[in-house]
Amino acid sequence: MKVSLEQFDKAFENRIRLQVMSVLVANDNYDFNSLKDLLNVTDGNLASHLKALEKEEYIIVNKTFVGRKPNTQYAASQKGVDAFKKHLEALENLIKQQKY
Amino acid sequence: MKENDIYSELSSIRNLMERSTKFISLSGLSGIMAGIYALIGAWIAYKLVYTEDSGLLYRNVYVNDPLVWWPLFLVAAVVLILSLVTGIWLTIRQAKKKGENFWNPVSKRLLLSMIIPLIIGGLLILIFIFRGYYGIISSSCLIFYGLALISGSQFTFSDVKWLGFCEVILGLLAALLPGYGLFFWVIGFGVLHIFYGSIMHFKYNQ
Repeated sequence: MKVSLEQFDKAFENRIRLQVMSVLVANDNYDFNSLKDLLNVTDGNLASHLKALEKEEYIIVNKTFVGRKPNTQYAASQKGVDAFKKHLEALENLIKQQKY
Repeated sequence: MKENDIYSELSSIRNLMERSTKFISLSGLSGIMAGIYALIGAWIAYKLVYTEDSGLLYRNVYVNDPLVWWPLFLVAAVVLILSLVTGIWLTIRQAKKKGENFWNPVSKRLLLSMIIPLIIGGLLILIFIFRGYYGIISSSCLIFYGLALISGSQFTFSDVKWLGFCEVILGLLAALLPGYGLFFWVIGFGVLHIFYGSIMHFKYNQ
C-alpha cells in the first residue's frame, strides 16, 4: 500500500538520520564515536548524515578536545526535537489510517 | 512506504532509544558469583567470631577485638574485590557477545551514578570504624549499597531498582536489630544476589 509522504520530514527520509535523531532525543548529548558504535556505520557515512542534520539546525554540534583527540558532542536542538516528534506523529497517523 | 516498513522503523527507533539510555550487558551470572563469594566470606567470618564448644554455639570474641577485627576486614575486602573483578569480567564478556562496546556513554553514566553513593557510604563507614562504632557497619553497607543500586538502576534494567530497595530495607532492619549483622549480610549480599542473579540470567540471557 503506497501512501503519501507529504507529512514526512525530508530530513528523516534516511534511516540513519532518523536513528541519530532518536538517540539524541533520548540523551542529553552523545559523542561521535559512541554514535558510530551504536549505529554500526562508517565514519564517513555518519559524518555526512550529521552534516545534513546540522544544516537543518536539528542538532547542535559542540567540538572540544580531550588531550589531542577531537571529541565532538552532538545534542538535539529544540527545532530537531519538534521535527522528530512531528515525524513520529505522522508515522503513527499512517498506521491508524491503514487500520480502517 | 509499506506498513511493515513503518513498524520496523518505529521498532528501530524504540530499540535505539532504549539501547542508548540503558546498559543491558549486565550479567546475571556475576550476581550469582558475588552471592556465592559473600556466602563463603560469611562462613569464614562466622568461624572467626563463633566457636563451637561442647555442642553449644556461642560468641567467644567480640567484633571490636583487633585480633578478630583485622581478619574480618580482610575477608570482607577479598569478597568485595573478587565480586568486582568477576562482575567486570563477565560484563565485558557479555558486551562482546552482544557486539557492544562495554565502555560507552551509558556504562559511564551507570558507573558514575553508582560510585557517588558508594564512595560517600564507604567514607562514612570508615569514619565510624575509626571512631569505634562497629555496630553500624553491617547496616550502613547494606543501605549505601542499596542506594547505589537504586541510583544506578535508571541506566540499566529496572529490576536492579528492586534489588536496591530490598538491600535498603534489610539495612534498616539490621540497624534495628543489633548483633545480627552477619545474618543480614548473608541475606543481603549472599542470598539476594544469588536470587536476583538467577532471575536476571533466565530473564535476559536466554
